[in-house]
Amino acid sequence: MPRPTGDAAPGLPQEPSRHGAPACPIVAGAKCSIRRRNALVGGMAHDSDILITGGGLNGPALALALAKGGLTSTVIDALPRQTRTDPGFDGRAYALALASVRLLRGIGIWPAIAPEAQPIERIVITDGRPGEGAGPFALTFDSAEIEEGAMGQMIEDRFLRRAFLDTIDATPAVTVLDSARVESQAVDAGGVTLTLADGRQLRGALIVGCDGRGSGTAQRADIRRHGHGYGQTAVTCAVAHARPHDGAAHEFFMPEGPFAILPLSGNRSSIVWSAGDAHAADLMAMDEDAFLEALRPVFGSHLGAISLASKRFSYPLNITLADSFTADRVALVGDAAHGLHPIAGQGLNAGLRDVAALADVLSTAHRRGEDPGAAPVLDRYARWRRFDSGTLAAATDGLNRLFSNDSPVLRLGRGLGLGAVQRLPALRRAFIREAAGLTGDLPALMR
Amino acid sequence: MPADTIDPAEVAKFEAMAAEWWDPAGKFRPLHQMNPCRLDYITSQIAAEFDRDPGTARPFQGLRVLDIGCGGGLLAEPMARLGAQVTGVDASPRNIEVARIHAAQTGLEIDYRHGTAEALAAAGERFDAVLNMEVVEHVADPLAYLTACHDLLRPGGLHVCSTLNRNPKSWLFAIVGAEHIARWLPKGTHDWRRFITPDELFDLLARAGMRPVDRKGMVLDFLRNEWKLSDRDLSVNYVTAALRPEG
Repeated sequence: MPRPTGDAAPGLPQEPSRHGAPACPIVAGAKCSIRRRNALVGGMAHDSDILITGGGLNGPALALALAKGGLTSTVIDALPRQTRTDPGFDGRAYALALASVRLLRGIGIWPAIAPEAQPIERIVITDGRPGEGAGPFALTFDSAEIEEGAMGQMIEDRFLRRAFLDTIDATPAVTVLDSARVESQAVDAGGVTLTLADGRQLRGALIVGCDGRGSGTAQRADIRRHGHGYGQTAVTCAVAHARPHDGAAHEFFMPEGPFAILPLSGNRSSIVWSAGDAHAADLMAMDEDAFLEALRPVFGSHLGAISLASKRFSYPLNITLADSFTADRVALVGDAAHGLHPIAGQGLNAGLRDVAALADVLSTAHRRGEDPGAAPVLDRYARWRRFDSGTLAAATDGLNRLFSNDSPVLRLGRGLGLGAVQRLPALRRAFIREAAGLTGDLPALMR
Repeated sequence: MPADTIDPAEVAKFEAMAAEWWDPAGKFRPLHQMNPCRLDYITSQIAAEFDRDPGTARPFQGLRVLDIGCGGGLLAEPMARLGAQVTGVDASPRNIEVARIHAAQTGLEIDYRHGTAEALAAAGERFDAVLNMEVVEHVADPLAYLTACHDLLRPGGLHVCSTLNRNPKSWLFAIVGAEHIARWLPKGTHDWRRFITPDELFDLLARAGMRPVDRKGMVLDFLRNEWKLSDRDLSVNYVTAALRPEG
């Protein structure tokens, strides 16, 4: 099937509903297979096997993994294409665990981003306090201690996003709909129908919500969620520094929250500064010089003189968990299922673990000829992921509560704890494997 | 049902029965539980025999597949979804109506017929693959039945047949356990004396003119509540593959 090129190119109106009859988004110049509202009948053919809401990172990753398994998909995103590829759109960088890198390799996007990625060779965790520098106890994880190689890779969001969009464009089994807002979803015995704001309808066997913490897909399926905020906000940006970082990542557990320095390609690092909401608002409001002035004592001097290398972005920290990973012909992936505190960079890694597990379950179902949206198939995914995500969310939550506390007893306790782990190589290796995402019941794409 | 004889009450009744057949937690739960394991065996045998890539969109395109004792279509629908041209036959007219209604709901084209394997064979129908799952232990004359199955295959065609072994363990599991204790199946579903050992089945298949090529056990993993194929344990449920020789 030929691919459309630039169907949502620059100049696309912001309001899709002002369009007349839509040109076929699936096959340029061909009869459109997307049906109008009145065409809905039981047993009608599917536009794609799987309808994916959300075209961020997990959505395209899932689409590519499904294509490997012989399943077709449509990725629907509310934003125009141009906004989604704008480098300023998202200032984040990700610490990709080794298991996530394996997935990206498996779905064919790793070669495109490898030149921009920075391997993490070492993780240094320190219990610190501003003005005092690093505490006396530090914990170092070195990739030389495990045979799998670098513990992870740092990659900037802009490179990852572009690689995903370019790769799904070149994949015939994946259709992309930009600037498309979902209005409703309806489930029947034969499949599921999504109605877009402009009246177009899409038919598939299953909807997968990759649409983030505020997942409309979950809301429309009556999946409730619960969670809480931390009163903390993460301020993140790229910093250029005089000395090379040698692939080291640093995490300081400060009373106000964790502060991380993560190595980027070249003499640059990404910082993630978790602070109280009010302090974070101050940091965002400062001009560059004032911000650098505030940053220097926290950042330390080990990398030499520093300057800002990107805009600053802030993300309020909160945790949300969906009550269920699945509903009738609906599955949730990533933040839509479990919005995690990004303290250890686990949000994307957990999302990609969902992606690999769901792709595994759906590809197996496809090989058997099972209906990929049937309840027994979705149950296999829910059973696989619920335990893993629950423990991860609880552990990350507990870690943050433990370390974001200025009690002298807790400070000493965790100092001793870090020192103890430092002296026990077997335990340290177990932590490294956990951080690299190599533990648990790994999906095929991550082995 | 011909369009001019549709009775809405009848349709509603069959729709309710279809929903029951296809409810994974309902009356046919044991079949639903075993189905992924049966499908793993069937699809891998068909893919290997006819050199198809199961990772593609419709790998069984162009193959004619017959499902004997198709019930509500639990095997016929997956085969159709994989691209095969499927005929389902069942001795119960109610099952055929149920299967037709469900296929219409899911948008799959399947040729469902009320009747028997023997009648189809006599009519000269030929298939690339015949699925003969959990039927042979219910027929009065297994050799005559398997001979009809042979006749339904084109030369080189594949016959997949599952049944229950006959030994003390299968009596304990399939009769005492499944029918009397767990109540997975209605009492009297199976007559243990009609169960067939794997060697007896291979012998019957050979006498019916087929060449047995493979056999595997189907074993329930109680911890995961999933059926798994086993190379060694054929003590209760098992499945076989046989070919009709060319020429």
